[in-house]
Amino acid sequence: MCGIVGLFLKKRALEPELGAWFSEMLICMSSRGPDSAGFAIYGESAPSGKVKLVLQHPDLKFDWSVIAHALGREFREKPTVEVSSSHARFVVNEDLQAIREFLRRNFPEVRIMSAGRRIEIMKETGRPESVVERFSVRKISGSHAIGHTRMATESAVTTEGSHPFSTGVDLCLVHNGSLSNHNRLRQKLFREGVKFYTENDTEVAAGYFAWKLEQGATLKEALASGLKDLDGFYTFTIGTENGFAVLRDPIACKPAVLAETDNYVAMASEYRSLANLPGIESAHLWEPEPAVIYNWSRTDVR
Amino acid sequence: MMFTQTVDLAKASVRSLNERLHALEPERDEEGWRVLNPKGAHAIACGLRVPVTVEIEGHAGYYCAGMNQKATVIVHGNVGTGVAENMMSGLVHVNGNASQSAGATGHGGLLIVEGDASARCGISMKGIDIVVKGSAGHMSAFMAQAGNLVICGDAGDALGDSIYEAQLFVRGTVSSLGTDCVEKEMRPEHYHILEPLLKRSGCAANPSEFRRYGSARKLYHFQIDHAASY
Repeated sequence: MCGIVGLFLKKRALEPELGAWFSEMLICMSSRGPDSAGFAIYGESAPSGKVKLVLQHPDLKFDWSVIAHALGREFREKPTVEVSSSHARFVVNEDLQAIREFLRRNFPEVRIMSAGRRIEIMKETGRPESVVERFSVRKISGSHAIGHTRMATESAVTTEGSHPFSTGVDLCLVHNGSLSNHNRLRQKLFREGVKFYTENDTEVAAGYFAWKLEQGATLKEALASGLKDLDGFYTFTIGTENGFAVLRDPIACKPAVLAETDNYVAMASEYRSLANLPGIESAHLWEPEPAVIYNWSRTDVR
Repeated sequence: MMFTQTVDLAKASVRSLNERLHALEPERDEEGWRVLNPKGAHAIACGLRVPVTVEIEGHAGYYCAGMNQKATVIVHGNVGTGVAENMMSGLVHVNGNASQSAGATGHGGLLIVEGDASARCGISMKGIDIVVKGSAGHMSAFMAQAGNLVICGDAGDALGDSIYEAQLFVRGTVSSLGTDCVEKEMRPEHYHILEPLLKRSGCAANPSEFRRYGSARKLYHFQIDHAASY
């Protein structure tokens, strides 16, 4: 089943509220996905020339200073580290490809959750409310966030099988549904040089969109070609550095509701998740049409 | 409407509301129940069996007024998937929009949607009457078996796919007709069905503006000549 939610704030002044509003939306979707939960928050940008890297280690007691020192030695820099439960956020120089390779070679048990100027992904197995508590999501501020509560069908209940999936810089995807042509598409993308780390169908969709964007497509163009190339059931919510998008497959079996006010655009699998947002009584409420791309962005994100 | 009971779902569970509604005795004169703070909760006022009126003040979630018999359920808001699914009799009146599969498999009674209904409205309907004052989404009346679906706005793709004997009346455009669904002539007996349905629904639309669609009856009688098409 799975539940997905997205909240995009239109005004900078509201950004401190993001975590609190978004947490309630996510927890409400526990009944659709009690296995695990994850979210991507787009918060304050890394300083110029730097990127944020979110890493995860299965051992809660893992000493992250080991990684900080190793990165410091290898790349002659002083990365800043902030630990949150099983995750740690590093701010590093922009040489992402080299850092990824270095981490995979030297710390294979460390997983890269996200990389980008603004994105931070955190995901864990367990009930959504406990995941929200563990990462103190209520206190996080930012311009937009997307989240997922999972009821696993396609692959095992593990941290790496949880959503969101990120395969591109500042890009991530949450998915309700299942893709039927993911094995063939994974092979095709693999030949194009796209790397995958799980057997999960959603990771293939995330990889597909990242690959399209890398080839120069706009987000809208990438999603439009996804309608042709992805076979299966899906409601996707996609986060980018300064915006978010919603897309349902042409049959539209998987639910989605959108709400828009002067202050925000909110998306959820069900209205229940939107019911406690401020101003929802007068929001424009609608169900996104099948095979229609909806996207919003802001120019003043920092 | 005089309300004899008000149930606030911010304080009481849907289960306790439904249990109280199920315990009503048919001979008692129940005037009306009012439900506050539905906030998209599922299965509100499901399985009612007595002629009580329930008004829901806000948006309801999935399967609202499902399996209804005799009761009148009025929603002052939108409804989620499967409103009035498998309704047997009575009236369900949605003042907002309805999500997918509105009136699915319904055997009887009347479902009125003041706004739009999304995909698969009236899927597998078995005798229910549905009046959508706005438009209905794709694959509406899929495998519809009996009853009447009235769409005052437009119908989406594949209207009436694999339809059996239900009657479809559409005032606006039809994006496309599904397999074995064809346009049919409006004869006097069809106006006799449509006019009272529009009147009961408080719809001022002129019956002469509607076109009728139904089954070509070529799909459900297997014909060996068509074997190659399956």
